[in-house]
Amino acid sequence: MSYHEAPSIAALDAPRLDQDDRPTLRFVTCGSVDDGKSTLVGRLLYDSKTLFDDQLDALASESKTAGTTGGDLDFALLVDGLQAEREQGITIDVAYRFFATKLRRFIVADTPGHAQYTRNMATGASNADLAVVLVDARKGVITQTRRHSHILSLLGIRHVVLAVNKMDLIGFDGDRFAAITAEYLTLAGQLGISQVQCIPVVAPDGDNIVAASTRMPWYTGPTVTAYLESVDVAGDVSQRPFRLPVQWVNRPHADFRGFCGRIASGAIATGETVTVQPSGLRTRVARILTPGGERDRAAAGESVTLTLADEIDVSRGDVLTAGSAPLVSDQLAAHLVWFDDEAMVAGRRYLLKCGTASTGAVVATLKHSIAIDTMAQESAATLDVNQIGYVHLNLDRPLVFETYRDDRDMGSFILVDPISHRTAAAGMIDLSLRRATNIHWQRGAVDKSMRARLKQQRPCVLWFTGLSGAGKSTIADLVDRRLAELGRHAALLDGDNLRHGINRDLGFSNAERMENVRRVAEIAALFVDAGMIALAALISPFRSERELARQRLEAGEFIEIHVATPLAECERRDPKGLYRKARAGELPAFTGIDQPYEAPQAPEITIDTSELSSEAACERIIGYLREHHYL
Amino acid sequence: MLDVPTVAESSLPGRAEGEPLRTSHLQRLEAESIHILRETAAEFRKPVMLYSIGKDSSVLLHLAMKAFHPGKPPFPLLHVDTTWKFREMIEFRDRRARELGLDLIVHTNNDGLSQGIDPFRHGSARYTDVMKTQALRQALDLHGFDAAIGGARRDEEKSRAKERIFSHRSAAHRWDPKNQRPELWSLYNTLLAPGESMRVFPLSNWTELDIWDYILVENIPIVPLYLSAPRPVVERDGALIMVDDERMPLRPDEEPRMRSVRFRTLGCYPLTGATTSDAATLPEIVREMMASRTSERQGRMIDRDSPASMERKKAEGYF
Repeated sequence: MSYHEAPSIAALDAPRLDQDDRPTLRFVTCGSVDDGKSTLVGRLLYDSKTLFDDQLDALASESKTAGTTGGDLDFALLVDGLQAEREQGITIDVAYRFFATKLRRFIVADTPGHAQYTRNMATGASNADLAVVLVDARKGVITQTRRHSHILSLLGIRHVVLAVNKMDLIGFDGDRFAAITAEYLTLAGQLGISQVQCIPVVAPDGDNIVAASTRMPWYTGPTVTAYLESVDVAGDVSQRPFRLPVQWVNRPHADFRGFCGRIASGAIATGETVTVQPSGLRTRVARILTPGGERDRAAAGESVTLTLADEIDVSRGDVLTAGSAPLVSDQLAAHLVWFDDEAMVAGRRYLLKCGTASTGAVVATLKHSIAIDTMAQESAATLDVNQIGYVHLNLDRPLVFETYRDDRDMGSFILVDPISHRTAAAGMIDLSLRRATNIHWQRGAVDKSMRARLKQQRPCVLWFTGLSGAGKSTIADLVDRRLAELGRHAALLDGDNLRHGINRDLGFSNAERMENVRRVAEIAALFVDAGMIALAALISPFRSERELARQRLEAGEFIEIHVATPLAECERRDPKGLYRKARAGELPAFTGIDQPYEAPQAPEITIDTSELSSEAACERIIGYLREHHYL
Repeated sequence: MLDVPTVAESSLPGRAEGEPLRTSHLQRLEAESIHILRETAAEFRKPVMLYSIGKDSSVLLHLAMKAFHPGKPPFPLLHVDTTWKFREMIEFRDRRARELGLDLIVHTNNDGLSQGIDPFRHGSARYTDVMKTQALRQALDLHGFDAAIGGARRDEEKSRAKERIFSHRSAAHRWDPKNQRPELWSLYNTLLAPGESMRVFPLSNWTELDIWDYILVENIPIVPLYLSAPRPVVERDGALIMVDDERMPLRPDEEPRMRSVRFRTLGCYPLTGATTSDAATLPEIVREMMASRTSERQGRMIDRDSPASMERKKAEGYF
């Protein structure tokens, strides 16, 4: 069944494959500017004989011209890859480096030390098993050390190597080393970092990196390399219940429907019962396809394709589960590390990505921020870039997750700003705020399909989007009338009219525009539940908001109609005189003038009223509804 | 990947006799790459896979076939053809696309072609910009691809080491290395504004040795140029250049000689240096790799312009 032909084992180079069983340890390095992180990593690469001759030659020549070591080998140059970094002599982004020793392979994330780049450190730590924290022996534990260690603990790092660097500059003073060690152990204890190894080093000279230093005979512990080769960081997600976030539904032909994803935890075998969350539907696993062929069992970490015994509804974002139930809720509490220059504001909407699921999310409340230096909880109204906070989130729909403590894959999320598309925050789920049983939807005895049958139509939303003056309301009104003539049941939701009623409290800031769209989407969805055809006509300038509206409905229920009249034509018509006012500066943030309009990328219907009359547009839409069996 | 348990070979239940011996290390890399490929297919409107015919592309294609098995990858292959590739590469490309039944798009910068841009007269920097970087941008714009999957690895080069797995490009195809989106866990921010696109690198965490190990274990077809054979070469500026066709102008003192050589990377033949080698089988290549004292990019002329040349080319849209 597998795609490739199995090669003959005899053709393989057996001794090589034995060596390949070396496990991989992923670690992150962190410390303040000039503590010597890049030098330490460069030294590890150099001493592990990972470097090639041409790279060593390049290092020697660059050390002379760009080095900061007076012509000696500048190991930091091996790691500081970007031109701006070499010019400034600092690291400005995460670099991933690979090296191996006889016992292990290593992937190092080298991260910057300045305060404004905390997000990069969190990034490097998110996939690490262990952290190497550097401190300058002259300075000891400083604010940056506390800050980084706090982020490490939030991101679930339980193993830290404290490398006390530049021991040569304090005359290899063992008492000073002991004092720094004691101070750091206290900090680590407060943070729940359970395993700490403190090692005195001189990174440029290699003392205690690979070889034990002869200059610090009082230190009898392991070298950095020896410790990294032997430390046991194994977690045990394979013993946890089975969880498979569905990434992709594979339907190459009518006889095959497979659900693809990487198993987050646990194991599964053919014939076992799985529950689809959040729907709660149950079935059995029919087949397990893996990259190595068909098998009867698969475990955490593997990318697999499962087929199921019954034809049940499963789509991307759902989670196949077995054993104890996961958490399912639309309200949760989490720690956030804020990344965006634009501060977090309670009440603003973001797009949340967790596993393979995406949903709209609002920060309901910021419970407190955490003072990074003292770990104290402080009350706050906003989170600024690089701040950490504890929040309650309200989600648009129920999410399947675990706490971050239990499962890093199922308990982590990112928040994306729906307008700038920047990754605004990283989140670690602390707990579910509602039990799943409380939020199962009230299902009446009369359901949507029964109502639709009564009305002899397939309910849907016709979502008219486009610039002000494009002709959205005019066409929607014609379609509404035409549907009435045909004896169908429709409801018209006009953006302007709704702003006189349910949306009276909303202005035109980005946040309020998003809320406007959300409310209209919710109302439209209620009409669809009632078996109606809802016509929503509003500018709705942001693609992500329209996508959220689409996600609020079932597949095929959202028909996006782009009324794509060009800006110049809209401005020429200017039926309400708004463009004139906007050009005169009287209407700030007017869509098309000083606010972007994000045109749909793949609307179901596109209409340009400079080419098509409103009547013809109406007939095209009715034609579409007939063709696709809505009518 | 944190906490992903190693699936020990001996404890893999259900593995039938004769199934390939697979190491946990390669399995982990494979699982991660397949996860990335499926995310790309699920999250983008119109993805494409850049197929450069080299060993990394061969691995990438193999992974894509597995990721969507028993279906086919839901995206076409795109080859940017400079018209200066080794002839054996083109033969291999067409044969593989036919064998696997995949949709292959070949794009050449016809403006560059009609201007007669060639690597000998115009120098590698100008040639690379016109026939590779500009050509790639043309092809992406022409077809409206919003995600381009490539086989770059972080161990290749210093600026690659800082590239994200999902790497954002502006509407002008520019990479802004100082303003990259943070990438945490296995969560990828795939949102794009109109005209913007994503470059996706599923092999980010593979090393050159991993690539060869995987080719060996999975028996993946590769262009024969990777294996040593007698080939006509001249020594030019310290590199061994294969005289692949009559378009290569020979200098007065140059006389092509048959030498036993192979290539560690493949590209345009005038810009790709060969290494002398007797490694004519995959296991021999892997053994040679283990003992190697030079990096694979050494054979590439285009990285040598200056230490920051790759970073600059990438910012301009080069892969």
